[in-house]
Amino acid sequence: MSGTIIKISGPTVVAREMAQTRMFNRVAVGRIGLLGEVIRVRRDEATIQVYEDTTGLALGDEVSDAGEPLLVELGPGLLGSIFDGVQRPLDVLAAEHGDWIARGLKLPALPRDRQWVFTPLVRPGTQVAGGACVGAIQETEKIQHRVLVPPGVSGTVLEIRGGTFTVTETIAVLDDDRPLAMLQRWPVRTPRPVAERLPPVVPFITGQRVFDMLFPVASGGTVIVPGGFGTGKTVVEQTLAKYAQADIIIYIGCGERGNEMTEVLADFPHLKDPTTGLPLMQRTVLVINTSNMPVAARETSIYTGITLAEYYRDMGYSVALMADSTSRWAEATREISARLEEMPGEEGYPTYLATKLAEFYERGGCVRCLGQADRQGSVTIVSAISPPGGDFSEPVTQSSMQVAGALWALDSDLAHRRHFPAINWKRSFSLYAAPLDPWFRAQVAPDWPQLRIDLAALLQKEEELQEIVQLVGIDALQDQERIALEVSRLVREEYLRQNAFSQIDAACPLEKQYWILKALLLFLHYCRERLKQGWAIEQLLGSPFRAELERMKETPPRDCVQQARAMIEKMGQEVGK
Amino acid sequence: MDDLITREYETVSGIAGPLLFLERARTASMGEMVEILLPSGETRRGQVIELSEQHAIIQVLEETTGLGIAGTRVRLTESAAMMDLSPDLLGRRFNGVGLPIDGLPPIIPEARMEIIGRPLNPVARDKPAHFIQTGISTIDGLNTLVRGQKLPIFSGAGLPAKELAAQILRQANVREDLPSPPSPFKGEAKVGASAFAIVFAAMGVTFREASYFLQEFERGGVMEHTVVFLNLADDPTIERLLTPRYALTTAEYFAFTQGRHVLVILTDMAAYCEALRQIATAREEIPGRRGYPGYMYSDLASIYERAGRIRGKAGSITQLPILTMPDDDITHPIPDLTGYITEGQIVLSRELHRKGIFPPIDVLPSLSRLMNLGIGPGKTREDHRAVADQLYALYAQGRDVRRLAAIVGEEGLTDSDRRLLKLAQDFEQEFVNQGEQDRDIDGTLDLGWKFLRYLPKDRLTRVKPELIEKHYGANG
Ligand SMILES: Nc1ncnc2c1ncn2[C@@H]1O[C@H](COP(=O)(O)OP(=O)(O)O)[C@@H](O)[C@H]1O
Ligand SMILES: [Mg+2]
Repeated sequence: MSGTIIKISGPTVVAREMAQTRMFNRVAVGRIGLLGEVIRVRRDEATIQVYEDTTGLALGDEVSDAGEPLLVELGPGLLGSIFDGVQRPLDVLAAEHGDWIARGLKLPALPRDRQWVFTPLVRPGTQVAGGACVGAIQETEKIQHRVLVPPGVSGTVLEIRGGTFTVTETIAVLDDDRPLAMLQRWPVRTPRPVAERLPPVVPFITGQRVFDMLFPVASGGTVIVPGGFGTGKTVVEQTLAKYAQADIIIYIGCGERGNEMTEVLADFPHLKDPTTGLPLMQRTVLVINTSNMPVAARETSIYTGITLAEYYRDMGYSVALMADSTSRWAEATREISARLEEMPGEEGYPTYLATKLAEFYERGGCVRCLGQADRQGSVTIVSAISPPGGDFSEPVTQSSMQVAGALWALDSDLAHRRHFPAINWKRSFSLYAAPLDPWFRAQVAPDWPQLRIDLAALLQKEEELQEIVQLVGIDALQDQERIALEVSRLVREEYLRQNAFSQIDAACPLEKQYWILKALLLFLHYCRERLKQGWAIEQLLGSPFRAELERMKETPPRDCVQQARAMIEKMGQEVGK
Repeated sequence: MDDLITREYETVSGIAGPLLFLERARTASMGEMVEILLPSGETRRGQVIELSEQHAIIQVLEETTGLGIAGTRVRLTESAAMMDLSPDLLGRRFNGVGLPIDGLPPIIPEARMEIIGRPLNPVARDKPAHFIQTGISTIDGLNTLVRGQKLPIFSGAGLPAKELAAQILRQANVREDLPSPPSPFKGEAKVGASAFAIVFAAMGVTFREASYFLQEFERGGVMEHTVVFLNLADDPTIERLLTPRYALTTAEYFAFTQGRHVLVILTDMAAYCEALRQIATAREEIPGRRGYPGYMYSDLASIYERAGRIRGKAGSITQLPILTMPDDDITHPIPDLTGYITEGQIVLSRELHRKGIFPPIDVLPSLSRLMNLGIGPGKTREDHRAVADQLYALYAQGRDVRRLAAIVGEEGLTDSDRRLLKLAQDFEQEFVNQGEQDRDIDGTLDLGWKFLRYLPKDRLTRVKPELIEKHYGANG
């Protein structure tokens, strides 16, 4: 099927004689076959968004319709890959075509010549349905790649063999001679089905104190991270990609900087997965569509990423999806909508922006996977948002906030004073905190929730006291209040602040998080008691306990915990619990 | 032969603002450059930006004054905008669309490249890693510039951005072999002269401002290493949409074909954005924030992202764009979108300028995102990161105290607050205010320690005890 171009405007092309096409079909545009997707059909005219630069296209050029939507390739070999927004392997592209991205190149996402050892897990004669696991491949040292019957397919296994295969070779045959290969394809915009959605009960452990302690997110939860430029969104995304506990990380660099991706590419192969000790790249898939790459592919990169995430979730893994930044995706949507001359909504975004955002976030979650054997998987979404002028009242932040379970609000003022992560604890929230309490109580310490409450109360108290100081000066405060101010400052500096580039403190295990905070809060109690006993504030500020607390986070976890416990004991002895 | 291929149309149906509408131009292609032939024999240049069955829309790159429908012909060139390239470009001067304006003949090209430029594959990029000493403490010490970085100067009307840029040019060592720091401007140009090049692109700036830079190049003796593109305030507005692209195509040639370290100065990006807005308005596009087109982010990215290094290639492109923040407003879309793309920003402050401080760099909102890649042992000094972090924290606190003191008076301050207040004061007067001095990195960091010593050792919680022992000195 093919039509001819009758209009070209930026990345949007209109073609005639396209009556046979369908929405979201994949097309090849022009002589060099630029990749495109049908986004509107009207009589025999189709509007196409082109994933590559349209320079050189002319009226009358051919548009040929693939007759199927844009598909994501799924199968072993995804881990460690670096794709662009439409899943072309960027490393292969660079090796074969040079440093600059040429147009019209078609490359399979998964290498066709690579051999995998396939082990069947069912016998011939087994009845299988969508999602059923028929066999496995050791994709990396840790990840066993489960080959699933595609959703929607069911039948009897007639034949299945173990051995070494490429991704396209037949590994099993279902009745009616339907072959099954490791390589499967899935429409990029369609969510993959699940058996059941489950409530989140396990935390997504980030190793960042301010997140795990104050604003924890559930595994399978959604958190948005809005902040003006330079407030630390990318560092949050990258730090979590490095240190958070998850089986698989899908990192989407959506419309952001090239050099940031270079850092990831340079660093990840040398870093170790915090849980397995294996090279970090083995649990990671990168989907990169930097700001200077075509806009339409930026729009797709989010869908490519989430489809990959769902695919590993369906195998029963916990997947974390880092999207930096969702705003660039929304803006791409806006650009395309403007070219379609749709009625604009707020700030020029299409009126369906909120729906599209919600649909994306809804693809995260904790699930019971489709098919045999029984397994659970999750997709946690960490979505960076870049509000214009750092103003959160804009549509992308607002619409996202309505569906996200947690908000980590970044703050320019904190960033300017180099307090990182620049989390504004007043604006941030997490709806997961209460549901996760039982887990923290059971797994870390029974008083974990209480520590969070005490910490929040102290910060709140500081806020109130600061207001007084701003009005009438520090002299207006009682010693008990002044010490609260001082300890709160200590907590901000030594607990909430966490340097992502520190050797020791970049990631902080939960136990260490717990004990430092416990020591800090007890120090406040200690100071209060001492004041009652007539000690002077200066004496307390010069106390060796304070000095010790100031160096605690830069102490390796085991020593730190010991030190904190010893200190707590000592303070307790001195003033009584 | 030529005549057979060249296609000419006499079907101009309308002219609106900088746009020309051409009917039934069936053979035109997207992005193609065209020549507009006036009945007077004059020609102007344009570019195809939209095609439909009704008409082709041509963006006229020069004045539309005097352009009419009758008798005007449009000739398609069958080629997108291209730049002729050769080492002979050095020392030459061009207008905003790459035509010589120095009275010399066009160069004989060794290569020809489309100015649009394909996106660099992120996988092909190499991590920036080399410290560039600018001799300016607030930059070297706190917001370090790294080779291959794009670091804009956010200025305000009347603030000395060009003086700062000139000082950087004068003092910066863009050459390979640090630490011996001599700069091109200090006679270095003669020795190992091929290692660097400067590409200067002016967009919509006044003649006075442009000549300031040219004089600086002359003064420093680097003119023969510089390629100049000038689109001045009274030059055609639309032309300046192409100016940075000619400049960056040239920069890429020198960096990645000739292996040089290229410093690109783009000034003023605000004027570029105005041109972008003008085209969008003429096309009756739905305006985005404050009338700027919704695609301005992507458009700016297609300029700023043309900085960096490539694996296996010797050269690099470092960008120093200058932009004037309308109304000193950093949330205005021009600085805002820029800050979202560039690897940090150097922000000038009117308040410091009024106090007579030069360069009036406000370090708090300033940032170099690549700083960590360019500093530390073997590059600058082991205490660099810590000194910077601690200075930032203390100066920020000092400014808070200053605000507080304005309300409750200095008497209401604690002793440590008073120290912070003095620190903020002296830091601005000495560390920031360095005038024309050229400080090496040791000088900058040592000076930093001077202010850290305003506080007792145990208050320097962002510095490791070992470093304090080493640098703080005996007192305190
Ligand atoms: N946790 C952190 N620890 C140390 N530095 C940080 C941290 N977060 C951010 N930064 C600093 O802030 C800069 C900007 O952060 P980045 O994540 O790139 O901001 P954004 O993506 O919001 O524009 C970084 O280059 C780094 O210097
Ligand atoms: Mg970022």
